[in-house]
Amino acid sequence: MQVMTEPSAPPSPNQPYTVNVAMPAAPALPPQAAAEVAFDIKNFSLWYSAHQALHDITIQIPSKRVTAIIGPSGCGKSTFLRALNRMHELSPGVRIAGDLRLYGEDLYSPQIDATLVRRRVGMVFQKSNPFPTMTIAENVLCGLRLNGVRDKQLLRERLEQSLRMSALWDEVKDHLYRPGTSLSGGQQQRLCIARAIAVRPEVLLLDEPCSALDPIATAKVEELIHELKRDYTIVIVTHNMQQAARVSDRTAFFYMGKLIEYAETRTIFMNPANPQTEAYVSGRFG
Amino acid sequence: MSATTTVPWLQAAPPGHAWRMFKSRAMGGIMLASSIAVMAPLFLVLYFLIHEGASSIDWHFFTRLPRPPGEAGGGMANAIVGSLELLGMAAVLGVPVGVFGGIYLAEYGRDRTNSWIRFAADVLNGIPSIVWGMVVYLLLVVPFKTFSAYAGGVALGIMMIPLVMRTTEEMLLLVPQGYREAALALGIARWKIVMVIVVRAAMKGIITGILVALARVAGETAPLLFTALGNSFWNRNLAEPISAVPLQIFAYAISPYDDWHRQAWAGALVLLSMILTLNIFVRIISRDRKFT
Amino acid sequence: MSTVPPALAAAQFAPPRRWPDISFRWLAFLAACTIVALIVLVGWELYHGAQLAVKKFGFSFLGSSIWDPVADKYGAWPFIYGTLMTSLIALLLAVPLGVGTALFLTEVAPLRLRQPVIMIVEMLAAVPSVIFGLWGIFVLIPWLRDNLFVWLKHGLGFLPLFQGPIYGVSVLAAGIIVAIMILPIITSVSREILRSVPNLQREAAYALGATHWEVIRIAVLSYARRGVFGAAVLGLGRALGETMAVTMVIGNRPEVSSSLFAPGYTLASVIANEFTEATTDVYLAALFELGLVLLAVTILVNVIAQLMLRTLAGGGTGKVN
Repeated sequence: MQVMTEPSAPPSPNQPYTVNVAMPAAPALPPQAAAEVAFDIKNFSLWYSAHQALHDITIQIPSKRVTAIIGPSGCGKSTFLRALNRMHELSPGVRIAGDLRLYGEDLYSPQIDATLVRRRVGMVFQKSNPFPTMTIAENVLCGLRLNGVRDKQLLRERLEQSLRMSALWDEVKDHLYRPGTSLSGGQQQRLCIARAIAVRPEVLLLDEPCSALDPIATAKVEELIHELKRDYTIVIVTHNMQQAARVSDRTAFFYMGKLIEYAETRTIFMNPANPQTEAYVSGRFG
Repeated sequence: MSATTTVPWLQAAPPGHAWRMFKSRAMGGIMLASSIAVMAPLFLVLYFLIHEGASSIDWHFFTRLPRPPGEAGGGMANAIVGSLELLGMAAVLGVPVGVFGGIYLAEYGRDRTNSWIRFAADVLNGIPSIVWGMVVYLLLVVPFKTFSAYAGGVALGIMMIPLVMRTTEEMLLLVPQGYREAALALGIARWKIVMVIVVRAAMKGIITGILVALARVAGETAPLLFTALGNSFWNRNLAEPISAVPLQIFAYAISPYDDWHRQAWAGALVLLSMILTLNIFVRIISRDRKFT
Repeated sequence: MSTVPPALAAAQFAPPRRWPDISFRWLAFLAACTIVALIVLVGWELYHGAQLAVKKFGFSFLGSSIWDPVADKYGAWPFIYGTLMTSLIALLLAVPLGVGTALFLTEVAPLRLRQPVIMIVEMLAAVPSVIFGLWGIFVLIPWLRDNLFVWLKHGLGFLPLFQGPIYGVSVLAAGIIVAIMILPIITSVSREILRSVPNLQREAAYALGATHWEVIRIAVLSYARRGVFGAAVLGLGRALGETMAVTMVIGNRPEVSSSLFAPGYTLASVIANEFTEATTDVYLAALFELGLVLLAVTILVNVIAQLMLRTLAGGGTGKVN
């Protein structure tokens, strides 16, 4: 098997930033139309020891779009999100079944190491978690450095690009060498987003990213999501239905570990097909 | 829609990936090796204690007094009894002071004073035990012009105080606040609440704390070197020197006589067995500590 | 309908008397204060006992290498040197092994392995110093003299550290034994520190595509480094005061040598060895002064360790002993 080493065009023709020659790049994917499928999931189930948390999920998540996952507490939405980048392997006793593919590749194939998956599928957590012993710059560039990128020029460029894309550049450009934790809550979360996108993943998973933020910071992050979807496939879990309505293109409603309904966001909120969905979005439960 | 290359796109690892994975596994191996290195000394010590000492443990060992070098058949009877007496005296000093101190910290103390006292207790724990020997020497040996069991007991007792205080405090803090509140609401006097209700609820934990402290001072030699001094005969009077197992082990070990060396091993085996048994016993009890 | 007579009712609900409460509380307070009193007592008594030597030798005591009971002239330097060397060797050996084991227990080991390993480490902590000394004299020293020291001299003999005659009893042997004795405290305190690192930090590193070791390096060790350092300082405090095992394997010779194979002497072990044989008052006072130095250094190191462990990156554990 031969490994592609020449630089390749990034997946989308809309990519405004060019990939530097030195950066280890993924092999070329055929140029895709905007409605391409990113995640193709069939009959996916997950068990925590004896308890089944996800039942037979079948869903196709589109590329370069924002997909929201909503549902009441305990419905499995975070569990599902973490399955998309194999974060469950950190907990003992987790078992999965079914087919989960990203751009055609089986994520759970035994030949694929989980660290490779997580390089391609980034995640931002509910509570911001910048590394406290690293500066802002070090936080953002952490992922790149792990992958062996040493070129100072590239690192500097990527640092600025990522912070600009997270709408944080202007606020921190004079303080890049302050610790990551010296920022406010909303800024820390945007820092985590910058850290996640600095490695240019294919997909960005957001697990209730605004739940610990005030409304102004939340608005900034939501604005960010609109910008980011030009270049990244985004899956966002949220318990805030208005937020889902504001930011997403498609929405999936989960309940008790099952996918109840999945459609265009407008349809889910205005005209849901399933009575359970209707009950949830109109606030009758959850 | 799959990639047109021969390698699935996801598996195209960046250069250096294989090295990173190898490094990760290697470090895991190093950590495992560290753990083995840390566990090994216990087994090595136990092995030699048993190998060298087990054969010397017999009825004589427990019942006879030491014999001069050259005469076989001596034992450590006086040392064993002496250790028990010293531990008893240490407990008389260490237990009440430690337990009441712990009661103060848990039930009455204010946060600031408490954190200073705890800090001091931790520092006290770190003072080398030989220093206590010197202090008690000045306090109890010099004025009375004699080494004594009392001095040894006091030295060990002082060492017990911070240990017992901390464990008592910990155990008392585990008692749910609800017990105290219910009793207060019934109009019971504060001191009764503490002694009768809270302490009783934490009793098992407090006792295990005392046992652990006793096990710790049972093996101490340094503070006894110039307080209890050691004795080749029975101690008839607590105001005179007394023997103790660790002291005897030390004296025998540094002597040039093979017979004494054998007895040192035997004494060490007996001492360590008792300490380890106590520790295991404490662990088993602590496992089923419950508060309803 | 019977009602309780008013007098009886009043007596039943009379407020509890104050003095048992007050005296109980004072009793407890006094007990707690003994801690502080003991620290003051230790310092005072040692200072008092050392007076003769302090007056006679002054500060030069600390730098002098003379230890001559016949001429009644004493100096602390060989013992300070021996204590420092022994403790340094012990730290160099015990900190990597202890932290490595702590990492193994918190990050790598399968759950079922953890409790047995922890139990064995705790049992190691319970072994008395004199028993390590006994084992040291008859097992470790012969092996070192015939094996390890010979290899070291053969392979690294170009360093002054590994030159000179090999007796077996030596500063290096003492360092090794003390390392074994401080392993449990370094391991268990480090383990507490590492366990307090929030999982969210680890997940952040994993989500970037880091390998297991990289996660440990970036998210756990960096976060916990101040605490781990505090654990090491705590181990140092323990190492400084070790007496029995050291005095049984170090050779008890008040000399300063560049060779690790040379016998030496530490503050604690000279006191243990020569206290009951101190013939003159000055001799005894000199030993007290050594004790004072030992006390001062140990308290200082312990205070530093406690301060480090109490002020951690994300809060800390209250109990550290």
